[in-house]
Amino acid sequence: MTAPTLSIRNLHKSFADNEVLKGINLEAHQGDVISILGASGSGKSTLLRCVNLLETPTSGDILVNGELIEMKQDKKRGAIPASIKQVERIRSRLAMVFQGFNLWSHLSVIENVIEAPVHVLGVPKKEAIVKAEALLQRVGLYERKDYYPGQLSGGQQQRVAIARALAVEPEVMLFDEPTSALDPELVGEVLTVMRDLAEEGRTMLVVTHEMAFARDVSNKVLFLHQGLVEEEGKPELIFENPSSERFKQFISTVY
Amino acid sequence: MFDLYGYKDIFLAGAWLTLQVALLSLLLAVVLGLIAALAKLSHSSVLTGIATVYTTIIRGIPDLILMLLIFFGGQMLVNNMSYNFNEWLNGVMTGYYPNHEWTSYLPDYIDISPYFAGIVTIGFIFGAYMAETFRGAILAVDKGQMEAATAYGMNKYKRFSRIMFPQMMRHALPGLGNNWLVLLKTTALVSIIGLQDMVKIAGDASGSTQKPFTFYLVVALVFLLYTTISTSFLKWAEHKYRIQTR
Repeated sequence: MTAPTLSIRNLHKSFADNEVLKGINLEAHQGDVISILGASGSGKSTLLRCVNLLETPTSGDILVNGELIEMKQDKKRGAIPASIKQVERIRSRLAMVFQGFNLWSHLSVIENVIEAPVHVLGVPKKEAIVKAEALLQRVGLYERKDYYPGQLSGGQQQRVAIARALAVEPEVMLFDEPTSALDPELVGEVLTVMRDLAEEGRTMLVVTHEMAFARDVSNKVLFLHQGLVEEEGKPELIFENPSSERFKQFISTVY
Repeated sequence: MFDLYGYKDIFLAGAWLTLQVALLSLLLAVVLGLIAALAKLSHSSVLTGIATVYTTIIRGIPDLILMLLIFFGGQMLVNNMSYNFNEWLNGVMTGYYPNHEWTSYLPDYIDISPYFAGIVTIGFIFGAYMAETFRGAILAVDKGQMEAATAYGMNKYKRFSRIMFPQMMRHALPGLGNNWLVLLKTTALVSIIGLQDMVKIAGDASGSTQKPFTFYLVVALVFLLYTTISTSFLKWAEHKYRIQTR
């Protein structure tokens, strides 16, 4: 069997004295769509941000395609990456879609999509543009390729952000509450694109409040509570038969 | 009157010199300002300390005094250093070859040109003001912009040059433009250390022709021309780099 695309072992993260993650284990294989649920403050966003080291884990291992991200101890700052080069290389293989879109506001839509391929991965510009145009076509925004992010609606911006993520041909796509900042009527267009991606076999880690997405699209659900995995499994099983009282409560309040 | 009593050519050369001093000082000030701003925002307390001392001292002393200090003080410092270096080197060499007559390796007297001193001083002064402008501009850039750059694997140089710099400049432009106007006018001070800029030439010319009003009026008009052109250029730049929204 090949190594999992992503594995997280016994991950801990503290901010000062506050331990946010208390030992998380997670494995994602090629094509897995994993939804991470939990109340606010449960640590779900922190978990996602630890995967690409936007937050540095206090302890624990992260492996991408079997490659361990090396850490070392620093006297002042605690655990830090041993090689920033390795971290940058791994980050370039993991694409993130943010709650607040975070499209680069000084670049046009097409420039946003080709930025990482050209300036991080070294893809020739012409080639990157051809690919970016196809991706924008796919998220339905080819006509807006020369617009600036500020000229688009939230839903359109998030679709551009998804195209930007796809442009680096990521091993794993990380979605950090991708629909939480959107007006209700714009949520659908983003979820449609995400369903498409799941169906074509992308490996996705999705922190979300969209129960329908978690239940219908993902093949695995993780419910976090106070920094621990409280419930996990196939959505059809755990939504019908939650073993944890807290998860039962959680789904009943959200629905 | 239009040949300025025979001073037209030399005056034009002075006007050009003023512009050169201003532009080169601006370049130095922007570089120093960026470095100081980054130092102030860094996690290193040593760098933050140095940058804070720099901006505090420079902004707290009149430009005129700084100019005199750097020009005359810098002159003495360089010459002392050169003297001491020669003495030290000769001492060392005499130890090896006592019979040889050793001479100076650096010239006995190094003359700092007022041109160079003027640019360094003005660049140094305005670097401190630019540092504050840039610091504010960097803080004004939304955190998510750099976070996205990090998440997509950019190293810190790419993050700065591709994302931070173009975005901070739109926030920095109004302050930068202001600093530039003040800097341009501050170049009038280099005349006191003997640089043949248009202010110095106007002074000399009005002395010999007894027409101070004419000459200083022309100086005023040239400065006004420079600042007017700058202002329209800045307006254009602010428009070009403004955040694109509907």
